[in-house]
Amino acid sequence: MTRWLPRTYLALVYLLLYIPILVLVVFSFNDARTAYRWGGFSLRWYEALFNNQAMVQAMWNSLWLALAAATVSTLIGALTALALHRYRFRGKPMLQGMLFVVMMSPEIVLAVSLLALFLMVGLQLGFVSLLLAHVTFCLPFVVITVSARLRGFDNRLLEAARDLGASEFTVVRTVLVPVIMPALLAGWLLGFTLSLDDVVVSTFVSGPSYEILPLRIYSMVRVGLRPEVNALGTLLLVFSLTMLLLSQWILMRSNR
Amino acid sequence: MFGQAFRQPFKNAVLLLVWVWLLALVLVPNVLVVGTSLLTRDPVDFLTLPFTLENYQRLMDPLYVQVFLHSLYMAAVTTVLCLLIGYPFAWALAGVDKRWQTLLIFLLIVPFWTNSLVRTYAIKMLLAGNGLINSGLQSLGVIDQPLELLYTETAVIIGLVYLLLPFMILPLYAVFEDLKKELVMASHDLGAGRLPTFLHVIVPLTLPGVIAGVLLVFLPAMGMFYVADVLGGARNLLVGNVIKNQFLDARDWPFGAAASVLLTLAMAFLLLAHRFSRRRLGEEGA
Repeated sequence: MTRWLPRTYLALVYLLLYIPILVLVVFSFNDARTAYRWGGFSLRWYEALFNNQAMVQAMWNSLWLALAAATVSTLIGALTALALHRYRFRGKPMLQGMLFVVMMSPEIVLAVSLLALFLMVGLQLGFVSLLLAHVTFCLPFVVITVSARLRGFDNRLLEAARDLGASEFTVVRTVLVPVIMPALLAGWLLGFTLSLDDVVVSTFVSGPSYEILPLRIYSMVRVGLRPEVNALGTLLLVFSLTMLLLSQWILMRSNR
Repeated sequence: MFGQAFRQPFKNAVLLLVWVWLLALVLVPNVLVVGTSLLTRDPVDFLTLPFTLENYQRLMDPLYVQVFLHSLYMAAVTTVLCLLIGYPFAWALAGVDKRWQTLLIFLLIVPFWTNSLVRTYAIKMLLAGNGLINSGLQSLGVIDQPLELLYTETAVIIGLVYLLLPFMILPLYAVFEDLKKELVMASHDLGAGRLPTFLHVIVPLTLPGVIAGVLLVFLPAMGMFYVADVLGGARNLLVGNVIKNQFLDARDWPFGAAASVLLTLAMAFLLLAHRFSRRRLGEEGA
């Protein structure tokens, strides 16, 4: 069998996947006003980005939201995974079904349903509505990450601790949490990134009181080509890449 | 069960939290959407009685049927392209040295972790009338006039393929990883040529991955309204654009809800087909 053919093909597809990203990054350092002709190296678009008050505010808003959404979804997601692994209760298939629905349904369906809910209960669209929505779509991913870690964990270890007199909370805190710690970190990072990147759900459930980054980018890229978007995209790329490497490193270290 | 009684407070608190969250933010909202789709539009309060099926009838309006069909068409072409590119890719990937595979998989999921809107914008940069592809071809003398690449159906499909390709490759890679080399060799040993082996051994064994990949590409491809917005212009709408416009611009909630229910039903249908095909494959294997 020829070996160079599959390899050339792999290389070609990777090239196609990375060319747009590469172009984006290179042109973020472009000095020309137009987004497609090289005019020398410059950091002017980064400068423009940080001089834009509304943009900086949107960055902070997005960061806070992602921090909060990742933390809350990790907490609830871990407890859900724990309940599914450890407890017997009625309606378990329904609980799993709902998580499955969140993960599989198109984002826009989730977005529409949450908007309907928020407006009907009279919740002002803003930080709280965004947080509730982001936690909800991050949840199944955390549950999966933590459940994968719990699979194969022997519940009898917990029973032993219980028999020795520890309370359920103590058992979870001292025995289970250390075991799932890497999954918690990985799930948190995943939630953070998902929240930071979300466009579809945020478009529906955000209000003018709390503008976030993806929506600001959205309004910028709809109208045309803006070099600031290149700079912003590059920053986001570096940021997500750091997060990804961090989570891989945590998972790899813990599996050793 | 003596321990059971002690366990109750913590267990109950956990279950309560999880149930309340999922019921309030998953079940209730979805029920609300179905309810909304059966109500009448109201200019002031969004919604009003009486109950009606009119919104579903309006979906049958030729105008919307055309949008749905066009959206289905673009999603289908996207899915087929992802499959054509992804299938040999996953196959080749599974054959690479194990040490390299981890790195290559990592390179595949990096884009998934980068903002999809930013990546859509990157595609726009390449396709624009004065973008890199056009200026490149012009300076090479291949074309005189810039090609009209942006704001076309092709642009939307390119964008969707670019964003969704990893979702096709990963499940396919998983089945190629599990594919037993012995089975392929056995087929060759028994005298089957390359094509019969491919058709009768490799394709059936990788079918679950194909179906999973198709689902993961086809479903999102109908909803990603920002791709159509940024790359497609006014004429190349996805179902997602219709739903978004009805909810956020036209303020016709019942109709938007009906479109959303339709999309959900399409999804449910595909998922059921997926389960059915898996069960059949399972029986054949047993």
